[in-house]
Amino acid sequence: MSQITGAEIVFKAFADHGVEYIFGYPGGAILPLYDELRNHKKIKHILVRHEQGAGHAAEGYARSSGKPGVVLVTSGPGATNMVTALTDAYMDSIPLVCVTGQVPTHLIGTDAFQECDTTGITRPCTKHNWLVKNIKDLPIIMHKAFHIATSGRPGPVLVDIPKDIQFQKTEYVKKEDVIQKINKVVTEVESSELDKIVDLIYKSKKPIIYSGGGVVNSGDKASALLHDLVRMTGFPITSTLQGLGAFPGDDQQFLGMLGMHGTYEANNAMHDCDLMINIGARFDDRITGKIDKFSPGSKKIHIDIDPSSINKIIKVDHAIVGDVENVLNKLITVFKKKYPNFKNSNKENISEWWKQINKWREKKCLSFVQGKKTIKPQYAIERLYELTKGQDTFITTEVGQHQMWAAQYYKFNKPKRWMTSGGLGTMGFGLPAAIGVQLANPGKLVVDVAGEASILMNIQELSTAVQYRLPVKIFIINNQYMGMVRQWQELLHEKNYAESYTEALPDFVKLAEAYGAVGIRATTPDELDIKIKQMIKSDKPVLFDCVVDRVENCFPMIPSGKAHNEMILSPEDEKETKISKAGKTLV
Amino acid sequence: MKKSLSAYSEAATKEELERHIMVVWVDNEAGVLARVSGLFSGRGYNIESLTVAQVDEEKNISRITIVTNGTNSVIEQIKAQLLKLIPVYKVASFPVDDKSIFRELALIKVIADKKNLEKAKEICNSYKAQYLDTTSTSFIVEFHSTRREIDSFIKELKPYGIASVARTGPLAMAKGAEITETNKGKVI
Ligand SMILES: Cc1ncc(C[n+]2csc(CCOP(=O)(O)OP(=O)(O)O)c2C)c(N)n1
Ligand SMILES: [Mg+2]
Repeated sequence: MSQITGAEIVFKAFADHGVEYIFGYPGGAILPLYDELRNHKKIKHILVRHEQGAGHAAEGYARSSGKPGVVLVTSGPGATNMVTALTDAYMDSIPLVCVTGQVPTHLIGTDAFQECDTTGITRPCTKHNWLVKNIKDLPIIMHKAFHIATSGRPGPVLVDIPKDIQFQKTEYVKKEDVIQKINKVVTEVESSELDKIVDLIYKSKKPIIYSGGGVVNSGDKASALLHDLVRMTGFPITSTLQGLGAFPGDDQQFLGMLGMHGTYEANNAMHDCDLMINIGARFDDRITGKIDKFSPGSKKIHIDIDPSSINKIIKVDHAIVGDVENVLNKLITVFKKKYPNFKNSNKENISEWWKQINKWREKKCLSFVQGKKTIKPQYAIERLYELTKGQDTFITTEVGQHQMWAAQYYKFNKPKRWMTSGGLGTMGFGLPAAIGVQLANPGKLVVDVAGEASILMNIQELSTAVQYRLPVKIFIINNQYMGMVRQWQELLHEKNYAESYTEALPDFVKLAEAYGAVGIRATTPDELDIKIKQMIKSDKPVLFDCVVDRVENCFPMIPSGKAHNEMILSPEDEKETKISKAGKTLV
Repeated sequence: MKKSLSAYSEAATKEELERHIMVVWVDNEAGVLARVSGLFSGRGYNIESLTVAQVDEEKNISRITIVTNGTNSVIEQIKAQLLKLIPVYKVASFPVDDKSIFRELALIKVIADKKNLEKAKEICNSYKAQYLDTTSTSFIVEFHSTRREIDSFIKELKPYGIASVARTGPLAMAKGAEITETNKGKVI
């Protein structure tokens, strides 16, 4: 076989793994790889404006397509600018393959120009990483990189390639030859465990299904199976932030999101249930609230692909390690065999429970009053939902109140339509993510629900959207405050609004025009619909400045250090509920 | 100490801290030690000692022995996290009890005048330490035993002029015919 250069090997591997898009930014140590681009017309390079943008764009691409996102950046600052995106992908289990340039091997360790210890810096925020010191290893590492990023619990990997290695030559190794040799971890679902779980489901009087991002990650079939399980059992279901869309948001059996800003009915049901079935979620602290008050009377079942998630935070009674699709498939089969006709016989068993849930629902915890003058942020999201639900819409977000309002008021009916930074909570995620989503879903409507503070963190990517004619819509809920910070200061820090107000915001309409995008502003409720329609109709990127009530708070809210059944529902509640000193020190 | 106000730092259940010996089988590749030790520091686990050497040349496997302490659930979490590292094959943890063998090696150099050297040698002889080097003013002994034994040996020698101590930290192995099965991807 003929010998090819390191740069050629990387691109051959990209092609072998079906890469369509690379998100990147060039620089000295990665130039040999950039030279190779012209020989691979099928792989399109998207030039971002900041490496962090490349990372989040790749995340958006991966999240909405189910394929790994690929990133190409240079050494030193190129690599360090990627750290936030890698950490974000690591926290939210998103498959990324990041290739970084490195100074030539003979200069490593000499504090060379644009040298940094990339593998050292990114070790804790990748599933695995490699510094390629020998050209012979490169083809094998490239295949392993794709395999590790996408298998098991997905996550980011990084391959650091010194410049001289990019020029050196060796024989290519075929993808199959490497993947076959990898020791794959196979986890068998134990049937005795399934049996016990099935019996618990059968006996339960107050059950709840609590599903998470693992269902979405597992694939569309997992979502369909989840749907089957919910229908088959008649059980109520709630979802984490990352799991939204795996089960239809407008379905009667769906109680809405749970957790810190979850619905009254979902959190109370979690607290009072006698059986909790966690499918692909990880008992995150925003979900559990105070650990020792978390769902005190329930048997808990946990299905997760990552063994380290089991018993990490909440001790469970039964655990199954495995891919959600595989586990649900088996569970449903066993169940149907053992208890055919379960749903009808069970109706009575859980009818009291549904009565209780409907009582909680009557609280209408997401209601708000929209006056004539200023737009309420909740109203803005509600209108956005109503005016876009007719088409297949993809929503990304930044981080803050607007993110929570989007999660509460936008109803997702399909998986992979909702891309948000949950684990890391990265402001600046939404716009670059929307770019990746738009590339993976051409012709679809992609909206970044943003805050005026967050959007400024990666606003430069608007230039990328314009360059590639990606008509992403940025819907800014502009309250002039870092609203979520202001809310915490109001509730927990004696209204000391330290540095949470932005004194000098840009004129977003003009800013849009400066970038070559379209700027739209809405300031009153009665013009909102027309303006949103105008935004949807535009075939260009739009920066929508939705000027809203400046001091609206995001409710319901479980105050820090409190249990699921101690929520604040409205501003009136807020005055009565005393948040303990211990609670105040939580973030 | 003032009680922490953070509800995060208040564990829901208070468990006993226990000393554990963790054995980790890894691919002997660049950076693997940094991955393992970085996991400990990054997740706030404690390392009391760490010993590593290649044990299988053909398969290129190293065996890392780490002494740590933590509650039972922390120990389980450490194991689960270690097993997630790509170059890790399997992990075993040994509670410090009589079901396992623990051994540690110490090298000790004593420098002293004639009288004290004599006294020191008496102690070394009673412990059956082995002499590796002797001069008229010094000697080096090798001593391997449990941690506790070595501690008391050193304590006894100290008054007579210890100049240098090197210790490996313990190695551990399960007694009897048992070996650790691969446990990657399993619930701990
Ligand atoms: C990179 C980063 N820095 C800081 C924070 C902390 N933080 C969380 S929400 C928030 C305010 C966001 O303000 P804005 O984008 O206007 O959203 P709003 O809450 O007003 O809807 C801040 C500063 C963060 N999440 N990410
Ligand atoms: Mg704001």
